[in-house]
Amino acid sequence: MTATVVTKETRPGTTPAPDRVRRTRRRGRTVALLFVFPALLLLGALVVYPVLFSVGRSFFDASGTRFVGGENYAEMFRDPATLKAIRNTTIWVVVAPALLTGLGLILAVLVEKVRWATAFKLLLFMPMAVSFLAAGIIFRLAYDEDPDKGVLNAAVVSVHDAFAGTSSYPTARARDGQGLTKEADGSYRTSASVTPGRTVALGLVGVLPGDLPGDAKRASAAAGRTAGHGELGGVVYLDFTPGGGGRQGRVDPEESGLPEMKVQAVRDGKTVASTTTAADGSFRFEDLDDGAYTLKLPASNFAPPYEGVSWLGPTLVTPAIIGAYLWIWTGFAMVLIGAGLSTLPRDALEAARMDGANEWQIFRRITVPLLAPVLTVVFVTLVINVMKVFDLVYIIAPGPVQEDATVLATQMWLVSFGGGNNQGLGSALGVLLLLLVIPAMVFNVRRFRRSQR
Amino acid sequence: MNTAMNRVRRGLGNGLVQAFLVVVGLVWMTPLAGLFLSSLRSAEDSAKGGWWTVFSSPGQLSFDNYSALLKNAGITQAFWNTVLISVPTTVLVVVLAALAGYAFAWLDFPLREPLFLLVVALLVVPVQIGLLPVAKLFGQLGLFGTIPGVVLFHVAYGLPFAVFLLRNYFAEMPKEMLEAARMDGGSEWRIFTRLVLPVGRPAIASLAIFQFLWVWNDMLVALLFADSSSQPLTVQLQSQIRQFGSNVDVLAPGAFVSLVVPVVVFFAFQRHFVQGVMAGSVK
Repeated sequence: MTATVVTKETRPGTTPAPDRVRRTRRRGRTVALLFVFPALLLLGALVVYPVLFSVGRSFFDASGTRFVGGENYAEMFRDPATLKAIRNTTIWVVVAPALLTGLGLILAVLVEKVRWATAFKLLLFMPMAVSFLAAGIIFRLAYDEDPDKGVLNAAVVSVHDAFAGTSSYPTARARDGQGLTKEADGSYRTSASVTPGRTVALGLVGVLPGDLPGDAKRASAAAGRTAGHGELGGVVYLDFTPGGGGRQGRVDPEESGLPEMKVQAVRDGKTVASTTTAADGSFRFEDLDDGAYTLKLPASNFAPPYEGVSWLGPTLVTPAIIGAYLWIWTGFAMVLIGAGLSTLPRDALEAARMDGANEWQIFRRITVPLLAPVLTVVFVTLVINVMKVFDLVYIIAPGPVQEDATVLATQMWLVSFGGGNNQGLGSALGVLLLLLVIPAMVFNVRRFRRSQR
Repeated sequence: MNTAMNRVRRGLGNGLVQAFLVVVGLVWMTPLAGLFLSSLRSAEDSAKGGWWTVFSSPGQLSFDNYSALLKNAGITQAFWNTVLISVPTTVLVVVLAALAGYAFAWLDFPLREPLFLLVVALLVVPVQIGLLPVAKLFGQLGLFGTIPGVVLFHVAYGLPFAVFLLRNYFAEMPKEMLEAARMDGGSEWRIFTRLVLPVGRPAIASLAIFQFLWVWNDMLVALLFADSSSQPLTVQLQSQIRQFGSNVDVLAPGAFVSLVVPVVVFFAFQRHFVQGVMAGSVK
C-alpha cells in the first residue's frame, strides 16, 4: 500500500544513523499533520460532531430536557404532516430518478445522430448552473393558474379551446318574463312554442359592450326581416341600448346582435336542427316541418371559460415540482449517459447493424445492457439528490399548498425552525435523512476500498 | 436497392430525430426566455398578461426594472453578500482540500487510512443534519448571523468532496516526480506549492468552479445562518416571494441577475464545469 511505499522513499539512499531516521520521520509526520489538520478540524467540529449531536438530540423532547427514547421516531409515523412528507419523498424517489434516467438515456442516444449534438448538450445542461431559487421563481411564474399569466396554462387553454371551442358569453343571461326560461343545465329556451314562418327576437343582457365580439352588428334590420314558408328565423340580440333609452324586450335601433351564438330548434324534446348566429345575431332554420318548436340556446354558450389546470393545487403540486426538477437535471443524466455511450465498443454495434438488426433492437439488446453500470450510477446519484430536495419545494409550493407538497427536508426545516420549534422531532427527521443515504455511504466506501486494491 | 431504401429510411428517421430534438431544445429554452422577458416588463403589464404578449406589443420592454434594482439597497447589499460568501468559501475549500489531499495521497501520518475512509463516508451526509447543532455552536461563538459563519459551514460541507477529488487526482501523479523533488532536498511545502499545485491545476479548476456555483446558488444554509444584513441574493429574493404576483418586477430581474453569474461561468468554463458536476455527483 502507498503508506509503506512513501516511508521508504523518505529515507535517503545511503544507510543513515537510526536516530536520524527517526527524527526525519517524526518531522515528516508533524508536517503531514499540519497539512491535514485544518480540514480535519472543520470536518470534526461542523460535520462529525453535529451528526453525533443530532443522533443524541433525537432521543430528547422538544425542549431538550427530558429523555424520551424512541418517542420522536414513533411520532414521525403518527404526525400526519410528517407522514405526508415521508409519502411525498417516496413519490419523489420512485418517480424522479426513473424518469430522469429514462429521459437522459433516450436523449443521449438520439443526440448522437445529429451534428449539433454539442450545442444541444450545452443547452440542456445549462439549468444545472441555475440556482433552485431562480428555477423555483421561473416555474412559479410558468405554473401560474391564470392562463393570462402562466405560460403552461396559456398553452393548455389554447389547445383545449382549439379542440373544444370557447363559449362566447359566460356572463349573458335573460331578463325574467321576456320570453326565455332558464333550464337547470344552464341553457335557455323559449317559454312559448314557435312555428315555422315566424321571426323571433331573443333578448339577452349581462354582456358588457367591451366583451362583444369586434364584428358584432346591429340587430334591428335582421329582426324586421320576415321568414319564408317552412322557415324559422330570428335574432339573438343584446337587449340593452348603450347610453340608455331602449325599451326592454324590443330590438331597438341601437342594439347589437350577438354573433356566434348556438341556437337549436327542439321538437318534442328532440333537437331537430341547430345553427349559429351571424354577425348581426340573426339565425335561420330552413325546411322545418309544420308544428310547434321550442328554440333553445344551449348551455355551452354560457359556460364559464376553461381556466386550465390548477398546477399548484393540492393534487398536482408534487408532479408540478418534479417537472421543474426534470428541467434542471435532465441535462446531467444525458451528459453522463452520453459519456458512457461514447465508450461502448463500436464494433459490437456495427456487427449488429451488419446482421440486419434495426435501431430499436440494437438499443434494447446491446446499448442498454452495456450501459447498465452507467445507468446505475446515474440512478443512484439522482436518488441521493432527490431525497434531499428542499429549495424547489420551498419556493414553488404556494403557502397554503406547502403542507401538501412537503418532503422530508422541508418538513425537517419547518419542524425545527419554521414555527414548529420541536428540535427533538427535527433532529429525528435529520437522522432519518442520514439513515436513508447510508446505503450510498456504504456503496462509496466499498467502491473506494476496492479501487485501492 | 436494399441499401438505398435503408438510407432513405434512415434519412427520414434522422429528420424526425432532428425535429424532436429541436422541439425539446425550444421547450428547455422557454423557461429562461420567459424569465428574461418578464424581467423587462412593468408590474402593470405583468398583472395584465403573460410575457408572450411582448411579441405583439414589444413596446412593453424596458430596462427600468434593472435600474430600479440597482437602487434597491437590499438587493445590491445581498448581491455583494453573495460574492463575499462564495469567493472566500471557494478559496478556503480549495486551499484546505489541496493541503489535506496531498497529505492523504503522499505523506505518512497515523490513522491515515481510516481518516480518509471517514472522509469518503462523509461525502453523502446531508447538510440538514448539521443545521441545528452548528446553529447552537455558532450561537455560542457569536458566528450566528454573520458571513464568516455561513462561509465556515459551507467550507466544512464542501470539504469531503473536495478532499476526495484532489486526493485521488494527486495520487495519480507519477511517484518518480515526487521522489526526484525530495532527492533535490525540497521541503514538503515547496514540493506542494511548486509541483503538486501546478500539476493538479485541472482538478483544482473543476473543483473551484463547482464549489463556487454550489455556494452561489445555495439558499438553505444562508436561510438559517445569515441574518438580514448578511443574507445573499437567494435568501433576499425568497423573502420577497410571499406577496407573489404583485412583485414580478422585482423577482424576475432579481432571479435573472442571480443566475446570470453562474450561467456566464458555465459557458466560460463548460468543460471544467461539466467535469466538476459529474465528479461531484456522488454528493
